[in-house]
Amino acid sequence: MKLPIYMDCHATTPVDPRVLDAMLPYFKEEFGNAASKSHSFGWRAEEAVEDSRAKVAALIGASAKELVWTSGATESDNLAIKGVAQFHRQKGRHLITVATEHKAVLDSMHALEREGWAVTVLPVVGDGRVDPAAVKAAIRPDTVLVSVMHANNETGTIQPIEEIGAITRAAGVLFHCDAVQSAGKIPFDVERAQVDLASLSAHKMYGPKGVGALYIRRKPRVRLTAQMDGGGHERGFRSGTLNVPGIVGFGKACELAGAEREAEAARVLALRERLRSGLLAGLDLVTVNGSLEHRLPGNLNVSFAYVEGEALMMAIKDVAVSSGSACTSASLEPSYVLRAMGIGDDLAHSSIRFGLGRFTTAEEVDYVIGLVVAKVKRLRDMSPLYEMVKEGVDLSRVEWANPH
Amino acid sequence: MAYSDKVIDHYENPRNVGSLDKDAADVGTGLVGAPACGDVMKLQIKVSDAGVIEDARFKTFGCGSAIASSSLVTEWVKGKTVAEAMQIKNTDVAQELNLPPVKIHCSVLAEDAIKAAVTDWQRKQQAKAAAPRARGVLEPGL
Repeated sequence: MKLPIYMDCHATTPVDPRVLDAMLPYFKEEFGNAASKSHSFGWRAEEAVEDSRAKVAALIGASAKELVWTSGATESDNLAIKGVAQFHRQKGRHLITVATEHKAVLDSMHALEREGWAVTVLPVVGDGRVDPAAVKAAIRPDTVLVSVMHANNETGTIQPIEEIGAITRAAGVLFHCDAVQSAGKIPFDVERAQVDLASLSAHKMYGPKGVGALYIRRKPRVRLTAQMDGGGHERGFRSGTLNVPGIVGFGKACELAGAEREAEAARVLALRERLRSGLLAGLDLVTVNGSLEHRLPGNLNVSFAYVEGEALMMAIKDVAVSSGSACTSASLEPSYVLRAMGIGDDLAHSSIRFGLGRFTTAEEVDYVIGLVVAKVKRLRDMSPLYEMVKEGVDLSRVEWANPH
Repeated sequence: MAYSDKVIDHYENPRNVGSLDKDAADVGTGLVGAPACGDVMKLQIKVSDAGVIEDARFKTFGCGSAIASSSLVTEWVKGKTVAEAMQIKNTDVAQELNLPPVKIHCSVLAEDAIKAAVTDWQRKQQAKAAAPRARGVLEPGL
């Protein structure tokens, strides 16, 4: 077992060696620009790109013609949201999304808000899911787009996208789904979910950073305004020389994910449950954030009451995880996702997110359980809050000296 | 964000973690911060009759920088008079620990914690000084 141990797969994943092998020729001999139509360097690059396009499309049940390459999911989210909003500006200026969406979605929506669009941000219930009925109720005659992610990056919560897709289809409103954390991990099919646009990212599924895709439905045809002008690449949807090696890697990653998804999901789920039960057995006052039932198999987001997240991460150095604590954010705000789920700021500060994946082993999980249990106990011995609680003080009734 | 060695040292080898008897007449307790903010420090000082801090203890709910800041001030106040302890500045703490700008507020809270502990001790001394007179009134015949 090697240290440091990586358990932050929602932040990024290592490139699978098989993916790297597929990419290397496109850095070396096959360095052609896929848009070079007049020579074999270009033709071979284009062939590789189209081959990959088919592989990515196959993973999500789409046709290759419906896929546009981008620099990543953030760009895909921007293209989907701003592109649709701008194209349909005469038809309507209302957008709907959910409080727990990724910043790439929320900030794109806010940018449009500043330009005159109206945005409804729907709340979630305690387990982190949005109520499809709330989506339906929010749709107005001037609504052009609904954006709801498939699975959340912080808590792994899976949204009811099939119900939402049925609602948006019936209402004639476009449905964008950020499928970054779900594609390749749990089944995601654009026909079954009735999505019109979907964002994908390579580096969340053992592919390279810097490449993603946007699925844009052709039947019925979705129109949008390009955000990157300059040469008309990708049928005018997204200009710019294609990242051929990245795209080849992305295609390979999708091919592997499709083939290995089911077995891998079962293995990772078992490891996640091993981690969860190990922590709950070794400690009291531990809560899991978000629904256990509707959750990505590799995600475990827990709060260790009376211990602050960043201090715990420092204590378990040699294990890479992340936290919803304010101390870990540049803005000093605790996780907005946990807050939207009704989880108190104090528990948000005490949260740790584990993201298990393809390369996580049982040995690593057992090591982490032992380490986390020991360090939480140590930090609780140093915690004035834990001391007060053990003395019988009701913390909710304490008047804190300087809530700064 | 990589931690400074000093911050790590204070976490790995914290000085003076623990509690003093908060009901003792010579102990001042400062409790600052709030759980909702992710930072709570409890700092306690044991003060001699001459007003010199003989012992100090802390407990902190907060990040590594918060733990280090409170640990450091318990080291610094030992042997100082309460007046000298009140002079400790957060900027000194931040400098000693090489705190980055985003963590400066941890040192501010540590400064507040000392002040709160000293203030609590002073309040106890004032109450003690006021008490004997009252006793004389309530116990005629003495």
